[in-house]
Amino acid sequence: MSTTQLVAPNVSAQHWADPSHPDERPFIRKYVFSTDHKVIGCQFMFLSLFFLLVGGLLAMMMRWQLGYPGQPMPGGGVLPETMAPGGILLPEFYNSLVTMHGTFMIFFAIMPLLVGMFGNWLIPLHVGASDMAFPRLNMMSFWITIPAGLIMVASFFVAGGASGAGWTGYAPLSAVPEYSGVYMGQKLWCISLVILGFGSLMGAVNYITTIVNMRAPGMSWFRLPLPVWALFITSILVLLAMPVLAGALIMLLFDQLIGTSFFLPETGGQPLMWQHLFWYFGHPEVYILILPAMGIASEVISNGSRKPIFGYPAMVGAIVAIAFLGWVVWGHHMFMSGMNPLLGSSFMVSTMVIAVPSAIKVFNWLGTMWRGSIHFHVPMLNAVAFVAMFVIGGLSGVFMASTPVDIYIHDTYFIVAHLHYVLFGGSLFAIFAGLYYWFPKYYGRMLNPMLGKIHFALTFVFYNLVFFPMHNLGLAGHIRRIYDPNQYGFLEPLQPVNTFITLSAFLLGAAQLVFIFNLAWSLWRGQRAPANPWNANSLEWSLPSPPPHGNFTAMPHVYRGPYEYSVTGREADFWPQWEPPDGRPAPDHSPDGVLIGDQKPASREPHR
Amino acid sequence: MRWDWILPEPVSNLGAEIDSIYYLILIITGVIFVVVEVALVWFLIRYRRRDGRRAEYSHGNKTAEVVWTVIPFVLVLFIAYTSNDVWLKAKLADHEGGAPPDAIPMRVMAKQFEWNVTYPGPDGRLDTEDDFAVRNQLHMPVDRAVRVELGSDDVIHSFFLPDFRVKQDAVPGMMIPVWFEANRTGEYDWACAELCGLGHYRMRASVTVHEAGEFEQWQASRGTPAAARIAPADTAGAQPTTSESEESA
Amino acid sequence: MSAHGAVPVAVTRPMEGMKVYNQKLGMWVFLLSEVMFFSSLIGAYIILRFANPEQWAEPGVVLAVPLTAFNTFMLICSSVTMVKAFAAIEHGDQAGLKKWLLATILLGAAFVGIQVYEYIQLAGHGFVPMRDAYAAEGGPLYGATFYTMTGFHGTHVTIGVLCLIFTAIKAFRGHYTEMNYGGVEIMGLYWHFVDLVWIILFTIVYLI
Repeated sequence: MSTTQLVAPNVSAQHWADPSHPDERPFIRKYVFSTDHKVIGCQFMFLSLFFLLVGGLLAMMMRWQLGYPGQPMPGGGVLPETMAPGGILLPEFYNSLVTMHGTFMIFFAIMPLLVGMFGNWLIPLHVGASDMAFPRLNMMSFWITIPAGLIMVASFFVAGGASGAGWTGYAPLSAVPEYSGVYMGQKLWCISLVILGFGSLMGAVNYITTIVNMRAPGMSWFRLPLPVWALFITSILVLLAMPVLAGALIMLLFDQLIGTSFFLPETGGQPLMWQHLFWYFGHPEVYILILPAMGIASEVISNGSRKPIFGYPAMVGAIVAIAFLGWVVWGHHMFMSGMNPLLGSSFMVSTMVIAVPSAIKVFNWLGTMWRGSIHFHVPMLNAVAFVAMFVIGGLSGVFMASTPVDIYIHDTYFIVAHLHYVLFGGSLFAIFAGLYYWFPKYYGRMLNPMLGKIHFALTFVFYNLVFFPMHNLGLAGHIRRIYDPNQYGFLEPLQPVNTFITLSAFLLGAAQLVFIFNLAWSLWRGQRAPANPWNANSLEWSLPSPPPHGNFTAMPHVYRGPYEYSVTGREADFWPQWEPPDGRPAPDHSPDGVLIGDQKPASREPHR
Repeated sequence: MRWDWILPEPVSNLGAEIDSIYYLILIITGVIFVVVEVALVWFLIRYRRRDGRRAEYSHGNKTAEVVWTVIPFVLVLFIAYTSNDVWLKAKLADHEGGAPPDAIPMRVMAKQFEWNVTYPGPDGRLDTEDDFAVRNQLHMPVDRAVRVELGSDDVIHSFFLPDFRVKQDAVPGMMIPVWFEANRTGEYDWACAELCGLGHYRMRASVTVHEAGEFEQWQASRGTPAAARIAPADTAGAQPTTSESEESA
Repeated sequence: MSAHGAVPVAVTRPMEGMKVYNQKLGMWVFLLSEVMFFSSLIGAYIILRFANPEQWAEPGVVLAVPLTAFNTFMLICSSVTMVKAFAAIEHGDQAGLKKWLLATILLGAAFVGIQVYEYIQLAGHGFVPMRDAYAAEGGPLYGATFYTMTGFHGTHVTIGVLCLIFTAIKAFRGHYTEMNYGGVEIMGLYWHFVDLVWIILFTIVYLI
């Protein structure tokens, strides 16, 4: 068969010339060390959901201490004396819980869910490719996450316990074991995150190359589904931000291991330099944690409203603007740090401005629903909740962006409320939306909708009961990362609120059992999924559920954007990207593979 | 605790100014919150799927885009502009409306897990013979500013006076100025607001604001020759909740 | 014949990306991340040096500038040999490819070797990264930043040499042709990047 390609001759033409075919490889190559992006996406799903559970359990333990301070925790007897003698949590263990809850949730749950799972599931199929640009690199990117996770878990069980310096790891507390009481644990924390960073980086290189180079004929940039735009921009952020974290972590590790003093003031080091390096990574990181969620929300809301996305170019522009501006706001995490107050003023301005593209996106989601025909399927419920909760998270951000107000609310529960409204109310609800939406495609079975609605309702209610009162706690002055607020006279009256939040948190945790059950049950007994259960338009829905290895039997052709719902004059309320225009014959090919008619053929590549 | 988003009464004038910025933001974001969420719920009800009704085929509206870009942009810049002066008054040395020149100088050194306050003594100057130190207690007169030089002996802590709306990280290797003034007497809370180790939760101290004249009496009665001498009655630090397994201080 | 029928059909072209094949685009993207990594180390160095200028000695007092200048020259030569290797295979010159790849490997390995020798010499004179053991002119930050920046650069050179050895093995097996030389080209990109970083480091660490 003719194989003229946009490739250098050395590149294996395999995945272009190779249409989908049954995968005859042994089990271990097919499902364990797989290079198939769909399998890797599923692997990321299982890994990340496991760590989401771990992060949640750590939070439950924290909430026990805050709800019932100094009382033995049920089941706490299994914990060693160094963590919780007699089941009563020790302050140093509490600090580790705080640290590791954040670390696991951000690096091992949300990031791999949004970037590892959805990146793998969606990118090749949305652009019309048979796999990623570098399938083996893709496999490595998953497998490197495993040792990183194991090292992080192991850090709990070494002498001195896990890091207790916060997920933000401020030096000198993190750099000097004598200050924190943590010896090996902090070093393992650094090493684990450096390894994880490698994995993320490999993913970013893969995603960028695939999106730029492997779009099917007709799939112009402005016909890409929004998750792809979001993941593309997110990958650029990962590419540029993770190496800075790696540099900072290495310097911190050297301070601990080799005895350098990058961050130790006695010999000229600069504690504030850690903060600058960390947040220079850290702020783009939080946009890494939200942009793919926004892409997923757009996809589901358009589908659920049976209406094109309102303002697609503005949505793309907003993603780019958020990513761009995200590089110049890092100082807003450091308003109280002792850096020059004038810098505070400039970071305040840039931080205020970055609210604008997020606002644009919210209004466009509303515009999509306006005059739509809204179907309340489970993905849509979660996507709408995403919008509603992200609005709260975004608006609470305005308070802390104002430097004088931040004087009061910095390092209080107001910040905790804000970050959970954007990361849970935002990212996690969008992840649930995406899971319910795409699970059928990759596992070939529907998740049970009744259980899905119960899970959604319980999660939504308890989530708000847990995190909304935290705004008020913060406004009352309740500080963060604090083992026993009752030490302070002004915080003692808040104990009933903490207990209420704790009870709600336990119920929130219990509600997730519904999801876990649904997942497990549906994997084996779920209703078989058709190719296109949501009557959607993007390319993955043209394939069986699950798609075969290699995806498409022949390279797909794209005729329109991905949001052509309820097109005037058409009977069906959706118009898939892959359907040829009415009255036009299916595309034919000249012998050298150049598409006739619909699009301008790619120029002939010299053999380079 | 109040559930109506009203802040506890501040003890300083600058604190009241900070609160007004907060209330300004509360009103603006509150209105936006109500409008957006009500619109969302309204759309969900009004535009739910119904037989015989189809969604409108529209890709957007450029005017709408401009409107909802410009209005938020103007609003946020307005908030930033209004906030900036209060911020600089609080933090920038020699800013107009900032620390007055006759503020009483004090030095506060944070360490795991206590605060040490060095007073200037009756001569009103630090680093002189009549300085003395007290642990975990900051005394000051009403209606008179105090200007603290804040430092740390080990890790990063944070000097937080909730009633004064004062917060400043204490960074080892840096001496950072913090100023505040109380407009009424009383005893007020002082907390550490930056995770500093296992004793972070019990780094409690207190600020006592005296009537005019009382502070000078107190200072005179405590005044002793130089070198931080900690008076026996000063162990006002909090007691550990549980027996901690390892004191790392 | 339908585009999504069951019978495999001739492949048509994907949308044009940047007219750069996958491996090359991937390498460029990866090198961007490396720029950020080295920037974080160099940025830390700049901040620390401005804050503590007394911890740095005058150029040449502690560090061996002439030896390192020669080392720098060798690394630049290795970039030239790398270019020649690539040019050779572009024209199908198998012998040339092998010869110039081997030359690049030798020069790269020599660079690392001389750097290790330099480290041993410096450490012997008390120029170390640890704050407790530092005994040379200036202060411990001088040592810490020196070893961190040059050490990570040296690691990148070492990895490059190892990858070049793999490339050479493939070359000796006749894997590359004038139609198939992408692997050589992307190794070249990496190698030139490593050289460029060194020129920057040499300037700011040894000469200033």
